[in-house]
Amino acid sequence: MNSIKKIIYNIIKEPLGLIGLILVFSIIILSIGADLFAPFEPSKINIRDKLQNPSILHILGTDQLGRDLFSRVLYGGRIALKVALISIFISMLIGMIIGILAAIGKKWLDNFFLFIFDTIRSFPTIMFALAIVTLFGPSLETIILIVILTQSPIYARIVRTQTLMIINSEYIQAEKIMGINFIRLMIIHIIPNVIGPLFILASMDIPFVIAIEAGLSFLGMGVRPPIPSWGSILNDGYSFIDNSPWPLIAGGLPLIITTIGFTFLGERLRDLIDPKLKKNINL
Amino acid sequence: MIEFIINKLLIGFLIIIASITTLYCMIHMVPGDPIKVLLGPRATLEMQEALSIKLGLNDPLFIQIINFIKNIFRGDLGADILTQRPVLTILLEQTPHTILLVVVSIFWAILLGIPIGCYNAIYQGSLSDKLSGIITISFIAIPPFVVALYSLLIFAVALKWLPAIGVGESGDLSSKISHLILPSFAVGLGWVGYLARLVRSSMLEVLKENHVRTARAYGISERKIILHYVLRIAILPTITLLGTGIGILFSSSVFAEIVFSRPGIGKLIYESVINRNYPVVMGAVLVTSTLFVITTTLSDIVNAILDPRIINK
Repeated sequence: MNSIKKIIYNIIKEPLGLIGLILVFSIIILSIGADLFAPFEPSKINIRDKLQNPSILHILGTDQLGRDLFSRVLYGGRIALKVALISIFISMLIGMIIGILAAIGKKWLDNFFLFIFDTIRSFPTIMFALAIVTLFGPSLETIILIVILTQSPIYARIVRTQTLMIINSEYIQAEKIMGINFIRLMIIHIIPNVIGPLFILASMDIPFVIAIEAGLSFLGMGVRPPIPSWGSILNDGYSFIDNSPWPLIAGGLPLIITTIGFTFLGERLRDLIDPKLKKNINL
Repeated sequence: MIEFIINKLLIGFLIIIASITTLYCMIHMVPGDPIKVLLGPRATLEMQEALSIKLGLNDPLFIQIINFIKNIFRGDLGADILTQRPVLTILLEQTPHTILLVVVSIFWAILLGIPIGCYNAIYQGSLSDKLSGIITISFIAIPPFVVALYSLLIFAVALKWLPAIGVGESGDLSSKISHLILPSFAVGLGWVGYLARLVRSSMLEVLKENHVRTARAYGISERKIILHYVLRIAILPTITLLGTGIGILFSSSVFAEIVFSRPGIGKLIYESVINRNYPVVMGAVLVTSTLFVITTTLSDIVNAILDPRIINK
């Protein structure tokens, strides 16, 4: 218990960590408890009250169909967090397997993987995403697939570099001479050492993934209506920008708060745990 | 050195070929049929058959890819399915708009980002350093399309200071510039953050090195030390970042072009993906991946010239 207190104390010692922690905490609480906090059904249409300015009843106003924007923002947060957590977790798993394979496998396998990684990276993310969406149609699962396809090569590269560093270190050489078996080498030495840095870097990608989901939904290529997403709220706001600024403000604000919150917290965590992390893995 | 450059160029070429091939395969798995889009729902089977022979869609996939790559070298990228205009002409029309947007964005980001990073490194730990640390991270964090939408809302719709859509009238320079301000603001803002942070951290590192201490011991003016001995080394990672960051730049310019209805490669790809206008998609992707490969290769070469130790790694 004491150590958790100590970690939290260290995080909030700097303003960066304090702001980040507060923002992230409130976003998570608000999204998980959307059922409790939302004053209206997120997709309940009420044309009579369309495009209203904020009032006590509708904190962020209403959209072109009279739906309460505040409720939509809360439920949109659920979608954003769901996409981010699921897709980053799967990407980490795949990245770890491929990265270790590339590091311990034959030279040609390593080169082959590196080439594939570089090819995928040479597409700008959004164009790659557009191609995938035309292939599978817009849906929540497609977004998750896109994130997995773009992120897992990056994680694989990190894992590969880390694994190579560990395998070439002297204590592993010594273990090898003593005849360590392969599974033990993986479970005791490689995976625990690789997973820490990977975890921090992956958690720093949460804002990026949330931005992909919102961006695609903004283009009408992400989550399908009537599921509320911050991106589709922005899309509505963009279409009715001359009538009311509030849908646009309501869609953008949570995105700004979330991305800033997670980035601040991630930066602070990285500074605390391993300030040199970024440098080691950039190679 | 020459061997290094040739090696890099060769890898770049391979990456372009690989990305075209991947895309070609992906497009051919898509359910929508370009022939039906082109001829409309009332076309007879014979008409569809005739057109697909003309476009070479009946050949095996492998042959189609080979033919496509062969045609690229002849400067023939096929024709727009909807308007029948040559794809090459369309690309030559649209690409300059995107390149202009990207170059202007990165230019103002460099002008602002590098001095901020430099200043913060010199006055490390001061209030202004901490404050701009928080601000620059926020610049990086906020998605570019949200910046685009908000700046559209504030400066074009609410305040009406700047035009909202288009590129401006041709020949009228001031109209072109005023149409460029908001999109380039949206694309460049994140880069101010990237550059400031990168320059700051790499300058802090160089400031600790022995040659800086020696220079100080010789009594060289601080100004000269910073500009001549520190910044020149500290700027190296920035060049790499600019080289590999072109993909991110293109991604954000897609959004900027859509939000501000600016013609350009990004908007072209978006619209042709929706219309299943495959020849245009292929051509546009070819252009972006070529630009990506050119910039990364250039930045590798510039880095190798500035720091020849890289070649032997």
